[in-house]
Amino acid sequence: MAERKLLSGPLARVEGEGSLHVRLRDGRVEEVRLEIFEPPRFFEAFLRGRAFTEVPDITARICGICPVAYQMSSIAAMEEACGVTVPEPVRALRRLLYCGEWIESHALHVFFLHGPDYLGYDSAFAMARDHRGIVERALQLKKAGNALMRVVGGREIHPVNVRVGGFYRAPTRGELASVVEELEVAREFARESVAWTAGLPCPDLEEDFEFVALRAPGTYAIENGRLASSSGLDLAPGEYAEHFAEHQVPHSTALHSRLRGGGQAYLTGPLARYALSGDRLSPTAREAADDAGLGSVVRNPFKSIVVRAVEILYAVDEALRLVDAYEPPDPPAVPVVPRAGTGHGWSEAPRGMLWHRYAIDEQGTILDARIVPPTSQNQARIEQSLATVVAAHAALPDDELQHRCEQAVRSFDPCISCATHFLRLEIERC
Amino acid sequence: MSAHRSLAVWKFASCDGCQLSLLDCEDELLPLAGELEIAHFPEAGPTRVEGSYDLSIVEGSITTAEDARRIREIRAASGRLITIGACAAAGGIQALRNFAEVEDFMAIVYASPEYVSTLATSTPASAHVAVDFELQGCPPDKRQLLEVINAFLHERRPAISDHSVCVECKRAGNVCVMVAHGTPCLGPVTPAGCGGLCPSYHRGCFCCFGPMEAPNPVALGHHLGLEEVDVVRLFRTFYAGAPAFGESHG
Repeated sequence: MAERKLLSGPLARVEGEGSLHVRLRDGRVEEVRLEIFEPPRFFEAFLRGRAFTEVPDITARICGICPVAYQMSSIAAMEEACGVTVPEPVRALRRLLYCGEWIESHALHVFFLHGPDYLGYDSAFAMARDHRGIVERALQLKKAGNALMRVVGGREIHPVNVRVGGFYRAPTRGELASVVEELEVAREFARESVAWTAGLPCPDLEEDFEFVALRAPGTYAIENGRLASSSGLDLAPGEYAEHFAEHQVPHSTALHSRLRGGGQAYLTGPLARYALSGDRLSPTAREAADDAGLGSVVRNPFKSIVVRAVEILYAVDEALRLVDAYEPPDPPAVPVVPRAGTGHGWSEAPRGMLWHRYAIDEQGTILDARIVPPTSQNQARIEQSLATVVAAHAALPDDELQHRCEQAVRSFDPCISCATHFLRLEIERC
Repeated sequence: MSAHRSLAVWKFASCDGCQLSLLDCEDELLPLAGELEIAHFPEAGPTRVEGSYDLSIVEGSITTAEDARRIREIRAASGRLITIGACAAAGGIQALRNFAEVEDFMAIVYASPEYVSTLATSTPASAHVAVDFELQGCPPDKRQLLEVINAFLHERRPAISDHSVCVECKRAGNVCVMVAHGTPCLGPVTPAGCGGLCPSYHRGCFCCFGPMEAPNPVALGHHLGLEEVDVVRLFRTFYAGAPAFGESHG
């Protein structure tokens, strides 16, 4: 085959700026690179010298789509550093806020970023011309998640009510009751969404993933847990760095994470959580997953859209349970006195596990910060999956191959702003 | 479709939260998409880089030589250009590099700095091109965002108030957190838009809507009852790069 090099416009419907580079020689995949151009913003550098109390507000600005994840992981790390454990009502209110973020972020991804791929539209706006009812109801679902974030956090993007030790003010039972009706309507649509996503035409692909996710006793881990993996890891947040390492690669401003000892790429996010904690879903979410034929493990990344829909249903269900059981934490925050030391924290962002580590001095001034976002962890594994997708579809004409690759990248919900947009696709055939 | 005015949304160094504010207008989004040609909005799908746009909305700050070139191209292709958010108006939190050596920052984050290209400063769009309107906020308020889009589509001035957060607190019936509880609050130097949000959650305003017109941050700094280091931290966040805050923290 004569040498061919293709360049598309910016790859859309991802969060952040990156591009995909694929090189084929005689129909064989030679190289796949997910290139990330997102300009670096140096959070880990300017956090040095800041106060330990500032991390929830500052790290939220890493990502407007999952600010709560940054707030929760950073707070957990600071509380560990200061030797503080928050009371149960504070933990429950944090989980409720996080449910709002899962609903909002997943609804955006399922219906706006990824769903249009399956039906051949380039956007939800185009999809709305033929499927207006779906898009309208998806927006109402997203709105319900945002309403929950607003009532608990003050606003949906960069919530203001979160602090190290708890909250500035506990919402009243009446304030939380104001979102119940919206959440109940959302639950019905979330249930239908699982069936809708399961009915989308889906490419065949089975992959062997090393899954990594938090796991918590008796519940689907969101705001905390121990790290579990397909190969049996069981770790506390302080043990993460012993088992995982970040590497810099020339084509990306995001660092790549791999397992130490062998350097295996791994996957975090909905497929991992579902595989490791699927038995801990609510009965409603479990039933919807079973009706959709998901089984106990999903190995087809294109099916992640169904798992996300199951997780939306779970988050709505869990939010309603938490609202029903709500006792306002009194006081809303426990005092946190700084001490010199190191703290680690993690939580399950909508797109995967997010780990933070801080060293602080006795005044609580930050000496060192390390943040490992889910997309950094997934990047190496995404490249591996893309190589499989390209190999399986190498006979397709360039435009169809490109579409399939884009759909595959989006299935991992990469948040490139987090990991460090302008995703361009380049296919070279030599 | 061609009779419709065209809208483009552009991203520079940012968290994507400002453009998400537009997608968060759940009740208005589809009617808006019916009124406008959404020509370029990569995060939502449409991508048309070529051609011209009636209205460009810019998110994020300029931190690379390529982005400094790109913002000039966008300006040239746009009838009106408005910025949304703290990054595009003042450089954002990443403008903290402007007070340090970027090489030091690079060495902290990256093992091989030579693979990464960046400028020494994070600057607002207005440092590079003429900007028709800057909507403040980290993130901006979505009611204000809709008002600004609506105003530009109808070729009128946006009705964005220029009074301080204090006025919104009075309207909301909030007890003043600084007077009643001694909580440091930047409300007196911050423009309205959030509805007095932080005080309604019993915390002081931390100025995520930037400096209002003609603020007096030095005088406020003296009244906060904080150590110098904490005053500097308070002003050096999302609007650290705003000239009005320059003298308040030396």
